[in-house]
Amino acid sequence: MMRSLLVRGMLAGLAAAAIALLIAWLYGEPQVGHAIAFEEAKAHTAHEGHEAEVVGRTMQRTGGLITAMAFYGVALGGLFSIAFAFAHGRLGALGARATAGVVALAGFVAVELVPFLKYPATPPAVGDPETIGSRTALYFGMVLLGVLATTAAVIARHRLAPGLGGWNATIVTAVGFAVVIAVFYRITPKPDAVADGFPATVLWDFRVASFGVQLVLWATLGLLFGYLTERAFQRNARSAAEPVPAGA
Amino acid sequence: MAQSAIPAQQAEPRPAPMRVPVRDVLPWAVFAVALAAVLIYLVGAEQGATSLFGGTWVHEFTHDGRHLLGFPCH
Repeated sequence: MMRSLLVRGMLAGLAAAAIALLIAWLYGEPQVGHAIAFEEAKAHTAHEGHEAEVVGRTMQRTGGLITAMAFYGVALGGLFSIAFAFAHGRLGALGARATAGVVALAGFVAVELVPFLKYPATPPAVGDPETIGSRTALYFGMVLLGVLATTAAVIARHRLAPGLGGWNATIVTAVGFAVVIAVFYRITPKPDAVADGFPATVLWDFRVASFGVQLVLWATLGLLFGYLTERAFQRNARSAAEPVPAGA
Repeated sequence: MAQSAIPAQQAEPRPAPMRVPVRDVLPWAVFAVALAAVLIYLVGAEQGATSLFGGTWVHEFTHDGRHLLGFPCH
């Protein structure tokens, strides 16, 4: 049971990464190219030596990006199936598809939306290399906050629903969630460093592209996993209901 | 109606959502979390803030994915 869920999650994650890869190529890579061109023009005018390339641009755009997306998709898909296993049957009368949808939405909010609004994705040439340590810690800290706050919100909504009704419980929980996140946004530092003259349109388009990659990844993962799991559950229920071979 | 030769799709009882017992999930959860931690670390952080392998090859290889997935890169 758990084994098939986990394998299905990883495969759905891999498929979701393949779709998200198309978004990354179509919308993300042009902006990465612009950013690197800016970086090189700046290094050229500053008469800095050209950095020796460890991995060429073509490899970064193809093999490197494919590998990174595949690893990320498999990792996310595995975690998704675990979250699904905890959620299924414990969030009221939701079936497999609806549970997968709720888990995907919650996961997207926790892992992408919460960190993104404070520490959005940055293209090459944006961000001070001196602060990579603190930025990495703050980013992963914000992911952790997103996961904890979203999990707490899902549990709180479930507890409040019998007393307040589903609609009001959702509103109360969402407001509480927003207040907690807003307080943390206010008290955490923002070591952002956009280089002088970096084109604002490239920064904006890169961030929208990055958000889009994550949105497509999570949506595909949730919908595909939900479809496959619903089908598997129905098949199991049917075979349990009819132990006699068909046509006998 | 109940005697139809072909079982009607809508007549199938909707199974109550079953719960996977927590003790069945836990070992798989440990495995999934450990695997995800290794994969996400390699894609998102190795040879950035911290470095387990020498050089910058992992960083450069995963460069575009690291930027586009939203991790701080450099």
